[in-house]
Amino acid sequence: MQPESVTQFQPVPAKPSGEPPLVAVPVEATPAPSIIVPLPGLSVPAIPVPAIPLSGPRPRGAKRALATVRRNPLALAGGTILILMALIGLFAPLLFPGDPLAIVAEPFIWPGSDAAHPLGTDSLGRDLLSGIAHGAGVSLRVGLSATALGLVIGVGIGAVAGYFGGWTDAVLSRLIEIFQTLPNFVMLVVLVAIAQPSVTTLSIAIAVVTWPTVARLARAEFRSIREKDFVMAARSLGFGHGRIILSEILPSALPPLIVTASVMVASAILMESALSFMGLGDPNVVSWGSMIGSGREYLRTAWYMCALPGFAIMLTVLALNLIGDALNEILNPRSHEDRR
Amino acid sequence: MSLLSIADLSTHFRLPNGALRALDGVSLDLQAEETLGIVGESGCGKSTLGKTILRLVQPTSGSIRFAGEDVTTVPTRKLAQFRRRAQMVFQDPFASLNPRHTIRKILTDPLVVHGIGDKPERARRVEDIVQRVGLDAGALDRYPHEFSGGQRQRVGIARALILEPDLVICDEPVSALDLSIQAQTLNLLSRMKADLNLSYIFISHDLSVVRYFTDRVLVMYLGRVVESAPTRALWSAPRHPYTRALMDAVPDPARRRHAAPIKGDLPSPQDVPTGCRFHPRCPLATEICTRVEPTLDRLGDGHSAACHHA
Repeated sequence: MQPESVTQFQPVPAKPSGEPPLVAVPVEATPAPSIIVPLPGLSVPAIPVPAIPLSGPRPRGAKRALATVRRNPLALAGGTILILMALIGLFAPLLFPGDPLAIVAEPFIWPGSDAAHPLGTDSLGRDLLSGIAHGAGVSLRVGLSATALGLVIGVGIGAVAGYFGGWTDAVLSRLIEIFQTLPNFVMLVVLVAIAQPSVTTLSIAIAVVTWPTVARLARAEFRSIREKDFVMAARSLGFGHGRIILSEILPSALPPLIVTASVMVASAILMESALSFMGLGDPNVVSWGSMIGSGREYLRTAWYMCALPGFAIMLTVLALNLIGDALNEILNPRSHEDRR
Repeated sequence: MSLLSIADLSTHFRLPNGALRALDGVSLDLQAEETLGIVGESGCGKSTLGKTILRLVQPTSGSIRFAGEDVTTVPTRKLAQFRRRAQMVFQDPFASLNPRHTIRKILTDPLVVHGIGDKPERARRVEDIVQRVGLDAGALDRYPHEFSGGQRQRVGIARALILEPDLVICDEPVSALDLSIQAQTLNLLSRMKADLNLSYIFISHDLSVVRYFTDRVLVMYLGRVVESAPTRALWSAPRHPYTRALMDAVPDPARRRHAAPIKGDLPSPQDVPTGCRFHPRCPLATEICTRVEPTLDRLGDGHSAACHHA
């Protein structure tokens, strides 16, 4: 037993009797301890941080990403396909100089029958391989820029709605709902019909119909993260709203948004293809959708005209979805015990 | 002049099924370099009081005066000045540090926000505070998840102190920590108080910690202060039956446990009992307690209690 005249405050080794290990032993008329009681053995030593090798920022993210990719060969395949498509699209003007819409040979050359045109020609004698290569650039450009724009609008509106709450949230949520109740594709057709179709207007139109999905997701993330203690701490330190949204909350809200973005690129490519198929795309560039559209009349006699660009679309969308799955696994905090 | 002076502060939350009176007419005074403990069961409004003082939660009514200035309704721009002088240490060091920032960023950003110093000056201050709280300078470039709970709470304390505040509100700063770490952390807080001339508001449900650490104690029950006394006086002669019940609930190896010292659960702050809020659970309750809400009366020697029978 400790001497009862002193209020001891120190961990007592747990006894088998099940007494509470932290005991303040009070007796009547105990002089209240002064605030700083230099208790033996309990002074504050400079606790050295346990030896964790100090070699700059640790590659924990990169390491885990690599491990995930190794475990998941489909993700690797998706990445390879996408990079290949991007390279083809990027270097199409070098690989296949000249206008892919120009007539270069006889029409209806079947794939594999003419070495000069390995994938054959379409009904007007345009080279399909050149078209697919140039189309890759257009499709990916539309997909990426539409997604980037949709992300900026969606995250902006969703973040403000989720962070501020109250009537700001009420107004912005109604706005999101209005856009969500409009049928996406009909609205897209109307937007493109009003504006001159070009790669830029297509991207903007696709962003206009896709941002509400991002906004809802971002709103939900911001709503839950703003209640966390570290956000409360940032407010108590006097941080401004902009800094809290961008520097404190956004990094934690980003993972699900990145995953969504990869799927959005795929759906933007599909939308662009559908518009081009209907003849609403940019008439001055070749795109996979417009190639399918121009081949549809010959589907029974020369099905390869639709099948080849269709295969390119399928491959790219598949690749993006595989990447989305892998990103989800890498970034989703709930699937990892070392994230909180 | 007192550093912090709160008069009749109320914080009600509007819920779909009525108002939640988390804080209902609380008044307190805090002198410079004083440590004021706030104790009570979970849900009695202790944390809400801390957050309301820092204006993290908007008060419904009442006033908060800090160093003579009314900060209850100050505009955002002036609020930043107040926040530089009043800081908070949070309960859960796992939740209160942004997992995506390094310790250096966590400690530097407050200086940047308040425009203190240039780059080398900020770096110097950050390194200084990290050493003061007993961490290695090598800790700065790591992320919170690389630290133990006690080390993280040191970072939390460093963050609260980096702006050199006058008042630090400690909201259950040790209750999420291991027992051995609790003592270390309390000693660190004591030392920081002496070094930096701080005043603390120390919120806790752990009476032994409060007894060790504070000069004066407020006992809260359902959003109200029921007893206020110097720590020594409170322990030698608790006046309010609730305070006595709380103290009896502390396990004491020198004393056999009696029957449960307090009956029933804390009523919902959405449905506060009439008269004295404690009467449904009070062993001394009489007829008057069900009708008249007692005021916090002075009993001399800085001791006051809100009870008809005190």
